[in-house]
Amino acid sequence: MSLQKEDVEKIAHLARISLTEADIPLYTQNLSNILALVEQMNSVDTTGIIPMAHPLDATARLRPDIVTEVNQREHFQQNAPQTQAGLYLVPKVIE
Amino acid sequence: MTWETVIGLEVHAQLATKSKLFSGSATAYGAPPNTQACSVDLGLPGVLPVLNEEAVYMACKFGLSINANVALRSVFARKNYFYPDLPKGYQISQYELPVVERGNLLIELEDYEKVIGITRAHLEEDAGKSLHEDFQGLTGIDLNRAGTPLLEIVSEPDMRSAKEAIAYMKKLHSLVRYLGICDGNMQEGSFRCDANVSVRPKGQETLGTRAELKNLNSFRFVERAINYEVDRQISILESGGTVLQETRLYDADKNETRSMRSKEEANDYRYFPDPDLLPLIIEPDFLQEVKSHLPELPNDKKQRFINDYGLSAYDASVLTASRELADYFEETVQTSSSDAKLCANWVMGDLSASLNKYNLEITQAPISAAHLAGILRRITDNTISGKIAKQVFELMWDGAGNADEIIEKQGLKQVTDTSLIEKIIDDVIANNPTQLADYRSDKDKLFGFFVGQVMKLSKGKANPAQVNELLKKKLS
Repeated sequence: MSLQKEDVEKIAHLARISLTEADIPLYTQNLSNILALVEQMNSVDTTGIIPMAHPLDATARLRPDIVTEVNQREHFQQNAPQTQAGLYLVPKVIE
Repeated sequence: MTWETVIGLEVHAQLATKSKLFSGSATAYGAPPNTQACSVDLGLPGVLPVLNEEAVYMACKFGLSINANVALRSVFARKNYFYPDLPKGYQISQYELPVVERGNLLIELEDYEKVIGITRAHLEEDAGKSLHEDFQGLTGIDLNRAGTPLLEIVSEPDMRSAKEAIAYMKKLHSLVRYLGICDGNMQEGSFRCDANVSVRPKGQETLGTRAELKNLNSFRFVERAINYEVDRQISILESGGTVLQETRLYDADKNETRSMRSKEEANDYRYFPDPDLLPLIIEPDFLQEVKSHLPELPNDKKQRFINDYGLSAYDASVLTASRELADYFEETVQTSSSDAKLCANWVMGDLSASLNKYNLEITQAPISAAHLAGILRRITDNTISGKIAKQVFELMWDGAGNADEIIEKQGLKQVTDTSLIEKIIDDVIANNPTQLADYRSDKDKLFGFFVGQVMKLSKGKANPAQVNELLKKKLS
């Protein structure tokens, strides 16, 4: 399966990556190659094989339900470009 | 044409854990902004999520209570989308392998019962909150809620009316509170609902195109929004149009739904297994442990109330609607050593009416079960009549003390002294000669009048049964 220009533009938009017109043919080719590899894998008979969820053969460790974190707002907000009344400020997102 | 409505609900129940799903931040409601958001919740580089055992325990509890399959192996996935209140750029959820699958819930309507299928319930984290006002054209972000554990409960499209949808939602609301896994507070957003609504010609097998309704944060809104949406879809179809599959927002002020389509609504979340998290394995021992700690469930409690207290199915159903109400009733019965039916009548009658009037929950009742039992004990031992008891109840509601103090202080003790009652009756008869003559010519008519006069003169304190008996004798 090979991708079209529109597919690549959509994928770029979903990932919030800006592509120039000149970039698009290269990405189209590279992504199509990845899909070709997936197609190749699809030809293998995997009947009865449980899909792998994680490459490590281990299971989730659980944490007791205890509050261990303290308030470090001032510390974290030193990284933020803009804050007010304890809130992080970002460009308006509502339409 | 006759149309059939098809509804499926997605309920998000916030799990009542102390800490978040994948971090040790507190989940308490109402804290100052961003004081409960740690590096994991903020999605800072280099952090790793670690799953909260209690959230898993609660999900298992829910699964067992709806006769579902609790998956011994489930997997967390990333749901990818961009929004400022989701700092990681993805929500950790479960997709292909949820922790709970294929359960069901029995709902009760006025004249029938119905089993609603529950497709799945999965664990996921909540997002933060965006505040759009008062920031000079900017949006304020509070990440206290980010990472709070949710159980998303997805029903089958089994409901056929807004009424069934409400009955299902109420049943679920009651169940999660019985289980103690969610506080059910809808104002604070602890219990939220989206509805998938479609219509189809009656008899048709295939489903119509559905709209997903969002922002349904009260039982009333769910009912109104569904009814509005059903009418909207039917009128589109009847005028030859087609319903679009879309997300619609309910506007409670205008009582309408409106489209919230945008480019982002492509719903292409590109799920994939979260490489930061290993598969969740639930050992049979763990599940057995959960099972052995399950509380009595609403339907079992209802059946027990019918069997042990001799209540009607209706009374048992009302009294077991919430665990708190059921506990209140049982405490009243036990401490008053009175007839269960009398207790039920008071809890469902005067107490519930007063709670409704002042918009209070049972847990906020100014009269405790023990105090109510005090009134009922005095009815049972004939110290006061049922009518006087209502007066005592009202005084008690206003904080006048316990039953015995009120009865003593207000002199409300019932008059059972035959000679005293007879004296009052004699006075009433002497003062009402015309009525007496009328009574004697037509007995059925004025007996109530005499009872009323006697009760009035005794200030309601005469024992009604004795009054009836003695009056009959005197008047004949």
